[in-house]
Amino acid sequence: MSSELAVAKPRHRKFADMLTGSTGNGLILTVLIAMILVFTITSPAHRFLSAGNFTSILADTSQILLLAAGETFIMIAGGIDLSCGAFVVFSSVICAKLVAGLSATPEQASNLEFPHLALGLAAGIVGGVAAGAAWGWLNGWITVRWQVPPFIVTLGTLGMSLGAAQIITGGLNVPGIPPAFQETLGIGKIFGIPWIAVVAAIIVGILWLLLAQTRFGMRTYAIGSNSEAARRAGVNVPRQTIQLYCLMGFLAGIVGVLDVARFNTASIAAHTTDNLQAIAAAAIGGVSLYGGKGRMSGTIIGAFIPAVLHNGFILLGFEPYWQEVAVGAVLIIAVYFDQVRRRSTGSRVQAPDDDAGATTPNGNEVTHGSHAT
Amino acid sequence: MTEQHDDVLVATGITKSFAHVRALRGVDLTLRRGKVHALVGDNGAGKSTLIKILSGALQPDSGEILMEGEPVDIASPETAQHLGIETVYQDLAVAEALDLGENIFLGRELLRRGLLGHFGFVDRPAMRERGMEQMQRLGTKVPSPSLPLESMSGGQKQAVAVARAAMWGGRVLILDEPAAALGVRQTAQVLNLVRRSAEESNQAVVFISHNVPQILEIADDITVLHQGRVCLRCAKADASVDLLVRAMSGALDSPADREGTE
Ligand SMILES: Nc1ncnc2c1ncn2[C@@H]1O[C@H](COP(=O)(O)OP(=O)(O)OP(=O)(O)O)[C@@H](O)[C@H]1O
Ligand SMILES: [Mg+2]
Repeated sequence: MSSELAVAKPRHRKFADMLTGSTGNGLILTVLIAMILVFTITSPAHRFLSAGNFTSILADTSQILLLAAGETFIMIAGGIDLSCGAFVVFSSVICAKLVAGLSATPEQASNLEFPHLALGLAAGIVGGVAAGAAWGWLNGWITVRWQVPPFIVTLGTLGMSLGAAQIITGGLNVPGIPPAFQETLGIGKIFGIPWIAVVAAIIVGILWLLLAQTRFGMRTYAIGSNSEAARRAGVNVPRQTIQLYCLMGFLAGIVGVLDVARFNTASIAAHTTDNLQAIAAAAIGGVSLYGGKGRMSGTIIGAFIPAVLHNGFILLGFEPYWQEVAVGAVLIIAVYFDQVRRRSTGSRVQAPDDDAGATTPNGNEVTHGSHAT
Repeated sequence: MTEQHDDVLVATGITKSFAHVRALRGVDLTLRRGKVHALVGDNGAGKSTLIKILSGALQPDSGEILMEGEPVDIASPETAQHLGIETVYQDLAVAEALDLGENIFLGRELLRRGLLGHFGFVDRPAMRERGMEQMQRLGTKVPSPSLPLESMSGGQKQAVAVARAAMWGGRVLILDEPAAALGVRQTAQVLNLVRRSAEESNQAVVFISHNVPQILEIADDITVLHQGRVCLRCAKADASVDLLVRAMSGALDSPADREGTE
């Protein structure tokens, strides 16, 4: 009857854990910092760390980061969403059509007069986001009601939404967007930081709290870990599944709206690999494809790695295509190390002696660490 | 304990078929307040199916369930929860990615006080603390409560599942082979808890087991199923190892000996 109840980690293990990542995102964070250091040292005049370069990395990453944050929820719940990039295109088309159609007639627009600017922008933003959320709801509904695997459902809606976007636009980019949209939200900055990055940071911050601190987040882990257990515990798994896909669609809608603001049009041919980039960012950050595991902090790091590589390679004068090669390799290696780590440190922790001592003593030390930070 | 309804739960004529298998063919079961009821039978006899019906995980094809005299429709696990029925399943349903407190409070999470709680922020320290208290009541050791369950042994996970059900089972506590994965000591502890829940919390406990001596030790009432029918129903005083073994193997499954089926 001693206080063998709690297996507290000795201090020196914590530092080791930080490096190997067994209590956090140590490994992948180390990789990101190493990349930044290497590019800073090797880039001409250390341009990598310049403010201008930094903002360009932020802007590049914001949109993928939003999608990756949604993908984090979906993957932790044991699902996957292949359709988010296509929803971005669809939402941007809806947004652009509403903005262009409501803020001015074509003649007015060609004279750069937009008498109903506020109405057009409001309708475009709400409509674009709602369009994405509606597609996401459809993903969730089919997954839950028809029991079709999400891989197939979202592959199907990828094609449907992309096709629908082409039909609406006739395959052409949408003209007639008031430049004010781009000048403010699209390329505008506050304290030197792009508005798009600010919007993304706020939303991802909220999602981080939602995942790590709330009942909704906790149940997301439970569903991905053992959906039957969650169901039996009284969690409404179908409803939450629909909510999760709806959240993903909602985020795709926001990205679509940001895209219209950024490029002053709905770019029909873009975003074809956004879905895979978002999944890769989450996986690099330690989100498991089998559900139940992952953190928002990991996804954020995972989302920055491709942009840092891309940007660094350009500064160093490599062909940018090398970035894709490198990101692919990082993805595989990150997941490999994650699994190695789980096999070693994630092995079971036995109570010191299963059969000794009937009652636990009082005053046992209890380590209050949070696994979801 | 002379309350109006000493029979907390009465199920009559329960049938359930899966595609080609008639898992239950008209089963009756009565659970008494403060008593432990052992449900026994060979593999595939229909024990788990019956228990899933009582806990809302499956719907019966026909039959009636009364709780304290009122007919009830246990349409879902939530309904069962509201009726005060808690279950530990044979296929250990715990969320391995969650820690002890989160597992015990899953579906009934403790929220933070004030505004944050209003936004659904959970109070993990409180859930861990109360989870540990419950484990200590059970007399089971677990490693740190902040570890996910995947890092625990099978017996520890089982203990968490039992602790969860005992915590929430207001009127009926259902255990499908609660001691199957446990060592000698932990088995004794779980059985001990089962008795304590019945006597102190006045719960009606149903408990599935293949271990005949264990059944004779803790059960007040015994029901033996064979191929989806009740083939023996008796009080502990009337039971013996020999009788139970014969009933489980189907030797009693003839109209002369059978009681309570058509
Ligand atoms: N979901 C299902 N689909 C089809 N058949 C099922 C299903 N669940 C149970 N059965 C069948 O119903 C019968 C009773 O199964 P049940 O699980 O209730 O048995 P049991 O008494 O719990 O057995 P054990 O002691 O092995 O746990 C078996 O023949 C089983 O194959
Ligand atoms: Mg069974």
